[in-house]
Amino acid sequence: MTKIESLQHELVELYTNNLAEISSFDNPLMNNIRNSAFESFKQLGIPTRKTEAYKYTNLEPYLTGLEYQYDLSPLSLEVNLDDIFHCDIPELATQIALVLNGFYYRHNRPLNLPRGVILCGLAEASVKYPELVQKHYGKYADEKADSMAALTTMFAQDGVFLYVPENVVIETPIQIINVGYSIKNIRISRRNLIVLEDNARASVLFCDHTMCAKSFITNSLTEIFVGENANFDFVRLQNENSNSSQISNTFIYQKAGSVTTNNTLSLHGGLIRNNIFVKLDGENAASNTYGLFLADSEQHMSTYTYIHHAKPHCTSDQLVKGILDNMATGSFNGKIYVDNYAVKTSAYQRNNNILLSGTAKMNTKPQLEIYNDDVKCSHGATIGQLDTEALFYIRSRGIAYTEARQLLMYAFANEVISKIKLDALRERIIEMVDKRLRGELAACANCNIVHKN
Amino acid sequence: MLEINNLYASIEGKEILKGINLTVNPGEVHAIMGPNGSGKSTLAAVLAGRDLFEVTEGSAEFLGNNLLELSPEDRARMGLFLGFQYPVEIPGVSMVNFMKTAINEQRKYNNLEPLSASDFLKLMREKKEIVEITSSLTNRSVNEGFSGGEKKKNEIFQMAMLEPKLAILDETDSGLDIDALRIVANGVNKLRTKHNATIVITHYQRLLDYIVPDYVHVLYKGKIVKSSGKELALELEEKGYDWIKEQY
Repeated sequence: MTKIESLQHELVELYTNNLAEISSFDNPLMNNIRNSAFESFKQLGIPTRKTEAYKYTNLEPYLTGLEYQYDLSPLSLEVNLDDIFHCDIPELATQIALVLNGFYYRHNRPLNLPRGVILCGLAEASVKYPELVQKHYGKYADEKADSMAALTTMFAQDGVFLYVPENVVIETPIQIINVGYSIKNIRISRRNLIVLEDNARASVLFCDHTMCAKSFITNSLTEIFVGENANFDFVRLQNENSNSSQISNTFIYQKAGSVTTNNTLSLHGGLIRNNIFVKLDGENAASNTYGLFLADSEQHMSTYTYIHHAKPHCTSDQLVKGILDNMATGSFNGKIYVDNYAVKTSAYQRNNNILLSGTAKMNTKPQLEIYNDDVKCSHGATIGQLDTEALFYIRSRGIAYTEARQLLMYAFANEVISKIKLDALRERIIEMVDKRLRGELAACANCNIVHKN
Repeated sequence: MLEINNLYASIEGKEILKGINLTVNPGEVHAIMGPNGSGKSTLAAVLAGRDLFEVTEGSAEFLGNNLLELSPEDRARMGLFLGFQYPVEIPGVSMVNFMKTAINEQRKYNNLEPLSASDFLKLMREKKEIVEITSSLTNRSVNEGFSGGEKKKNEIFQMAMLEPKLAILDETDSGLDIDALRIVANGVNKLRTKHNATIVITHYQRLLDYIVPDYVHVLYKGKIVKSSGKELALELEEKGYDWIKEQY
């Protein structure tokens, strides 16, 4: 039996033997789809290099080799929010909600949200607002698309539920902080559900952190429903320790005239795999998928996108950039799929990468699949090094080599960062990326969450 | 100030400079002329520290230091400036950030405190006027989308900011219309003092109508084959480079 096969076996047993306990956390709706996800997982198996979408992401070294436990109930530990988070971004008053090891933290501060807006744990929501949750939960995710999505659904007991009613605009960004905190190595599963009704507008900042040097394997799945002419803007800041792995699946479903913008900034982590599925299922919908990843040592960072144009007159734009140093590896696998009746589609995709060392490795695979001839589509990918002409030009003005490199790396990264709409957040992220590129600790300046390499 | 002795340099085994001798003193303007491919730009690049070229023989001293042992940034901090024939576009790096970093690195080298934001902006304003740069230029990325003329003005602007002791201007006149040429040349003249020196590399005599050299050297096949006063430039203009080629 290969290591992956034994892991598969272990997870199947874990599920079968603990189903009662997994299901005991008060979440009937989530329980309803566990078994079908389990069937998908058994059928698909953990992805290996033979799985097309994971050809360039070898999960084995990251997922096997260590003993992990599953926390089947929320950590009883009390967390002092004030002690942990001074994660205040100046001039950006965010509403903060903490998710601890996949469970919505019980003692989150009361939030000041517009009337009708719901932000709570998904398990809580499934009891308090069963109709709302039932209408959307499991409707956009496809467990058959990725077995790691199925694995998430099997074990997830909680996560975040955000509901924004029709015509409601949330002015203040919501910050959801996912924290891994444990005295032992653990697996974390969480599912999030975000629903924006017609004409709603919201922006969310997700921060993924590990709070100690333990090893965490996180499987997360987020479903996002964006109603007609609604606007959803979200930034993901992934900043975990090098012992930790994260495989995240995001499924976005968009109605006519809606706009989503997603900036995923992968600053640090052992393995980070982001699968992003977008379905543009109404005319004039627009999807923007941006990403920046900075990988060094033996980290692996990988982005997989699947943008499905299902209706006419939609636009999608993708830009993913990566900087890889040392022995780091990365991959980009991006697909634009245009249905035969999705005429007047505009779809763009670009992936640019810089390798700073001779041992870093990047694989990129842009793909288009188009079934009508009235579209504007383009894709492109590059893998290169820092421009030596530009380096010399900068140095010839008296700027040291290391600083010249820093300027060029920053300039490269800035194309993605500049797409972040919130000024205060962008400023803070500029600082963090600058530090990260200097090889300093990637932790936020005001955060006590330190990332030990 | 600059003392070049028997300098040989090659690229990928191909010898380009074949024994250059040149002395430049404070207050002087030297023009280096010569046909295409004679090694003019190579000489400029070697002096600025471009590592594409390998110095195989000879020496170059700058203010008493062995220039060839220094990194490009140290040469610049000591007061050497290269005006590029083809200024490099650097998308994403703003002119302001670029110049601020350069100025403060130079100040750090000279044990000075970094310039305050307001002093820096004041300095930028002053120096922009020297080359008649409109304010919009400095808010853009370094050379990105600049016209040929703007790029060359930007080189002289950077020179004005850094106040070098020795400026080497590599074909600063190429691609300039007559108005831009006048502005660029005026800029260089305004920056002249009796303490600094300039080496003007050019293919045409035209620029030397505006920047009047003390010495004119003709570089041909990697060697300085003729040196004289400014009248040599006029003679070259009249007789053409064939006149040199026939003799050497």
